[in-house]
Amino acid sequence: MAKHDTPMLDQLESGPWPSFVSDLKEQAERRAKNEEGVEFQIPSDVCEDLLGVLELSFKHGRTHWKHGGIVGVFGYGGGVIGRYCDQPERFSGVAHFHTMRVAQPGGKFYTTDFLRDLMKLWDFRGSGITNMHGSTGDIIFLGTTTPQLEEIFFELTHNLNQDLGGSGSNLRTPADCIGSARCEWSCYDTQALCYYLTEEYQDELHRPAFPYKFKFKFDGCPNCCVASIARADISFIGTWKDDIKIDQEAVQGYIGGEFLPNGGAYTGRDWGPFDIAKEVIDLCPTDCMWMEDGKLKIETKECTRCMHCINVMPRALRIGDDRGLSMLVGAKAPILDGAQMGSLLVPFVKVEEPYDEIKEVIENMWDWWMEEGKNRERIGELMKRQGFQKLLSVTGIKPDARHVQEPRTNPYIFWNEDEVEGGWERDVDEYRKDHQR
Amino acid sequence: MTCPPTILTERSKMDYEEAKKRVVEGLTKKQKTKSKFYFNDLVKLIGEKPRAAKKYVNRMVQEQVLEYWSSGSTSLYGLPGTGKQASAEHED
Repeated sequence: MAKHDTPMLDQLESGPWPSFVSDLKEQAERRAKNEEGVEFQIPSDVCEDLLGVLELSFKHGRTHWKHGGIVGVFGYGGGVIGRYCDQPERFSGVAHFHTMRVAQPGGKFYTTDFLRDLMKLWDFRGSGITNMHGSTGDIIFLGTTTPQLEEIFFELTHNLNQDLGGSGSNLRTPADCIGSARCEWSCYDTQALCYYLTEEYQDELHRPAFPYKFKFKFDGCPNCCVASIARADISFIGTWKDDIKIDQEAVQGYIGGEFLPNGGAYTGRDWGPFDIAKEVIDLCPTDCMWMEDGKLKIETKECTRCMHCINVMPRALRIGDDRGLSMLVGAKAPILDGAQMGSLLVPFVKVEEPYDEIKEVIENMWDWWMEEGKNRERIGELMKRQGFQKLLSVTGIKPDARHVQEPRTNPYIFWNEDEVEGGWERDVDEYRKDHQR
Repeated sequence: MTCPPTILTERSKMDYEEAKKRVVEGLTKKQKTKSKFYFNDLVKLIGEKPRAAKKYVNRMVQEQVLEYWSSGSTSLYGLPGTGKQASAEHED
């Protein structure tokens, strides 16, 4: 029999979707039976009390969690988020219910053995409840007590070869797509760059000194599978400069129905025969494609790498060979001014170790933000407050037509003295010859 | 152009003990109204650029002169054992 009556939570189980309530009940039962004989280091009824306190919150219409705290592992200012229940006598199993963020492997590329080892540790020293994955990509362990934190950290770092992720005013755990490991569209090795910068910026990841959170996300191509353009303070999006490679025979294969468009992803209903004009050429956002003498043509300089044609006809069209990435700055989820997408800062950079050009941009931006950013101000907000021109100036990047989102929407151009021939000083008499007072 | 030697010496001589003194005194003075501080507050007390100040702050945390406080989204610093948090978390 359940420890607490949870009528309102039970009602949540009645919908057609998978229910976290059912999952928690299942986990509560598993811990109660303990068939594997685990020597639980935190209360075995943690899941029952979690359900109980949630039911109480529903009843009262307010939370019974206090979040935040001084808990952490020694020397790290992130990776652990303290959480305490304000009804510790009634729900002693969740009096402490801290969250730990475990850095996800690159591209979330892990073995089942690794997952089993993680769960063995977490069942032993925590609640066994996880969030796979948090929005930063971390493997999130939900619910443990203060004395377990160092023990878990030791085991993770010494035996599982894994680190805690970022939280608070830190560089957050960098997230990447699976990249060239599995995807032929990847324009650079996302995992190599993500891993390198994670190692390079350990201090920024674990010891908070930024005004607020900071996120790196790495997408191998403009399909943006990790949605870096919408979520990262700096998004690294793979791109290329030369022509899309066209296999004209394969184009005919698609037209003739030999190959299914989109790799057969939309075969659930009958869409009729493939129509290249309707499904590809007319949908090109820059009108850079056309058919000529039965051949597909693409005007590369007009192409914005939207990826649509490549996604539809992957056998016929391939990314170019002159590859690199674009860096966009300032995306964030809605907090103060609403959602903000990244703005293009570096149109193209080759991705080569030791990534000095990339690091220079990052570090110049951080210096600016650390000095000028207000508390809890994201770099995208600082960019809006002081202007994109200021961002260009601190990063030493020359303005480029590709930085202009919409031409002629802003009539003001602010010149610095050193950008104007002769500076601000001029011969007034000379000027008055042509301009009367 | 290089900096005059006196300036270089003075800058590097802003040693850890001095930074620690400034931070502890500064935070103690504000204890009545505040127990948790942003990193920027510490930078102002130390009077160095943020990256230089961070080295001192990291060491102060290592030596337990300061401790981290995190809400999960934002990180703050405080003198150990100060503020409501310690007793509220059943940890004192």
